[in-house]
Amino acid sequence: MNRGEPLSIEKSVPGRRALTFPSPSAPAASWLPGVALRDAPPRLPELSELDVVRHYTRLSQLNFCLDTHFYPLGSCTMKYNPRALEEFARQDGFAAAHPAAPDTAVQGTLAALHGLEQLLCQLTGLAAFTLQPAAGAHGELTGILIAAAYHRARKDRRRTEIVVPDTAHGTNPASAALGGFAVKTVATQPNGRLDVAALRAALGPQTALVMLTVPNTLGLFETQIREIAVAVHEAGALLYMDGANFNALLGLARPADFGVDILHLNLHKTFATPHGGGGPGAGPVGVTATLEPFLPLPRVVRRKGRYALQTKGARSIGRVKSFAGNVAVALKAYAYLRRHDAAALRRVAENAILNANYLRVKLRDLFPPAVDEPCLHECVLRTEPDRLNGVKTLDVAKRLLDHGFYAPTIYFPLNVSEALMIEPTETETSATLDAFVAALRAIHEEARTAPDQVKSAPHNLPVRRLDELNAARNPNVAWPAQPPQ
Amino acid sequence: MYSPHTAAEQQAMLRDIGVGSLADLLAQIPAELQASVAAWPPALTEPELLAHGRELAAQNQRLLCFAGGGAQEHHIPAAVSALIQRGEFLTAYTPYQAEASQGTLQAMYEFQSSICALYGMAAANASLYDGATALAEAANAAARITGRRVILLPETVHPEWRATLRTLFAARGEPQLVTLPCLTGRMEPEAVAAQLDDSVAALVVPSPNYFGLLEDGAALAALAKAHGALVIAVADPISLGLLAPPGAWGADFAVGEGQGLGNPLNYGGPYLGLFACRQEYLRHVPGRLCGMTTDAAGRRGFVLTLQAREQHIRRERAASNICSNQALCALAATIHLALLGPVGLREVAELNVDRAHRLAAMIAAIPGFRRRFDGAFFNEFVVECPMSATRLVKAMSKKGILAGVPLGKLYRGMDNSLLVCATGKRTADDLERYTAALRAVAS
Repeated sequence: MNRGEPLSIEKSVPGRRALTFPSPSAPAASWLPGVALRDAPPRLPELSELDVVRHYTRLSQLNFCLDTHFYPLGSCTMKYNPRALEEFARQDGFAAAHPAAPDTAVQGTLAALHGLEQLLCQLTGLAAFTLQPAAGAHGELTGILIAAAYHRARKDRRRTEIVVPDTAHGTNPASAALGGFAVKTVATQPNGRLDVAALRAALGPQTALVMLTVPNTLGLFETQIREIAVAVHEAGALLYMDGANFNALLGLARPADFGVDILHLNLHKTFATPHGGGGPGAGPVGVTATLEPFLPLPRVVRRKGRYALQTKGARSIGRVKSFAGNVAVALKAYAYLRRHDAAALRRVAENAILNANYLRVKLRDLFPPAVDEPCLHECVLRTEPDRLNGVKTLDVAKRLLDHGFYAPTIYFPLNVSEALMIEPTETETSATLDAFVAALRAIHEEARTAPDQVKSAPHNLPVRRLDELNAARNPNVAWPAQPPQ
Repeated sequence: MYSPHTAAEQQAMLRDIGVGSLADLLAQIPAELQASVAAWPPALTEPELLAHGRELAAQNQRLLCFAGGGAQEHHIPAAVSALIQRGEFLTAYTPYQAEASQGTLQAMYEFQSSICALYGMAAANASLYDGATALAEAANAAARITGRRVILLPETVHPEWRATLRTLFAARGEPQLVTLPCLTGRMEPEAVAAQLDDSVAALVVPSPNYFGLLEDGAALAALAKAHGALVIAVADPISLGLLAPPGAWGADFAVGEGQGLGNPLNYGGPYLGLFACRQEYLRHVPGRLCGMTTDAAGRRGFVLTLQAREQHIRRERAASNICSNQALCALAATIHLALLGPVGLREVAELNVDRAHRLAAMIAAIPGFRRRFDGAFFNEFVVECPMSATRLVKAMSKKGILAGVPLGKLYRGMDNSLLVCATGKRTADDLERYTAALRAVAS
């Protein structure tokens, strides 16, 4: 078994080379008189090309990934990433396009971006999309800035608050604060839905925006969403939908019909673009016709059959990053959507929901659901340490790794103690789900009979349980600038 | 499409769940809110999809690239492209379960270490969206650390980065951005000194700046320090194979656009935001950070660390709202830097200097063309043309060349100014082709 690799710098041999370059016509210093140059080279590894290829290949083997393991991370939608999407997006014609190229030279890229925006409008019922945000959290901040600009344009300066439920992703309140808003939290009822009476009480002339995740992070549809939307609008506020969980609604329901004004989608979740170990993703934002003028710049527009990048807009919030967004990610999402017709999209959501309910039913006797009713794309279960010799959710998660499964999202949402948030997605077979169920049931049994084995997991991985406290107390985030003597 | 269930399996699963049909599972979505998409194109088979992709890609015009301005075409070694497409990296998530993610985490640690080495800093994060958002995060951190409001932002910082900061800070009303005019193409120490007082949280020093010019970082940093302001350097990582690193000339934070390290142009994204700082500001770093630790058996391992800064713990009191970063782009940069090593990186930097200076001299020899600004530069420079630069770019694109970035829309009074870039990827023949086309277009 691959038990780990030294650092690249520890394999370094002075003078070893992987790449060589033609000599410059003159020493660089002669071009740069008076410029401060480095007095010592940066401490980077000196390796051959094979050294490098072997090092990173061996590192890759230390990872669980979707291609090798079931990866039921709740709210992350770890579905299969079709390889056709990679081939589609990696073509030189797309990859070599410079962002400053004239519109005439990038008609193919612009056509795909425009096409994706149109498809996202169809899926959500919203009037317009921007593909500029680089991630879900970036999309949230963009949406919040749009809401702020909307209220400012109406000369309504009292709106200083954003309301979020206690089940919200942490990015929601963090984005609200970055946008300059105070955050008001509303509680969730025992049935897993937002307490509408508490929401009404929280709304007022100070409310700018209400941010809801639909389905929510318990995997449940906000059944009173229409009523919520009406209440939000009556208060003069806007309704934002965090679309991280849109996989459950794909081809089944359109957020615009719920009364949503602004939403973001995660292309790296619902639309099958790979997560890359933590990015790049993309977080397009869709809005109603009323809010379209506030979308960030640039916009992709179509005029007389030609595509163009529009860089001006008097009411736009402006830019939220450089250039036109995570374009290669958008190309993959466009390719994914073009592989489906309306019926196939609906089957994505249906099978995601089927798989989540299958797990819920097969596990609910040992790991009680936070809310015991049919779920949508994910289910939230609980570990009961009192009945399991003190074995906690963290221990169960680590032991699952030994069984060859990545762990679910744990300890989230925050209003559920010892939460295991499981999202299988539509691309897994029932045989895989059965094996996962068998593993969790075996761990449950082990927790009752041999709890220390669970508490000290993992046992079969390249490393044993890692000391996170020590990492935080004595931070070591980079190798030293000088080699150790 | 990619769901594996047969009809029989689906029925069996529904039976196990104890419901009669899929519709029963959807019952919680009110019937009046269930609606399928109205207009949708027919599904493409895989060969049809790839043919459609080739058709679209062919609608892009392949131009010989002499444009920079925050996005540069450098050679990407084949080993970089091959390694980042391995499913073990490509299809993993943010490494929440460290024990099952040591590959991603160690690569992250090596990335942070490489960026620290380049920028001469003690700490770097696991990456941000792009250079623009990295600068915004540094400005936020500086304001938070100093308790001051003002960020001095020279107009030689990328115009789109400055626009990004304006957008991101507009709703909150802080930090407050004060733009420093730079008529000579570089920062003027007297003008900087005139703006410095005890309200200034940070002075931003770009070098090479948007015009490609190099600044005297040490002198500017000294001015800022005299007023208790922090210094945020903006620097291209490849230039740092040769140039003195920001940490050596007194910068507190250093940010940059890392696209050039192994990532294709891709019409603007995904790119790679680099963020590094001095040790004392470690707890103000936004986003993901990987740290070295030990496992229960005392062996070395890696984890995401200092998570108490982050949104999933601190929510509205977090240092930033960052959740995902650009991990795969950072991996490409890490592998690229491992292939280059310290000597290769210096040679690439020298080759960039060489190509750009040769091209600048060749262009200046064409009647009507001259360099707009004096001063040392890295691999980009501004050319004053005898005609509108936008028109010139259009004419050059008909000859298959992307001549540069016209500056008229970005800076007042620069309609005839063209920002030209020559990286180490451009050959002597490419330079000849460029100048021949330029002569033809200008005549």
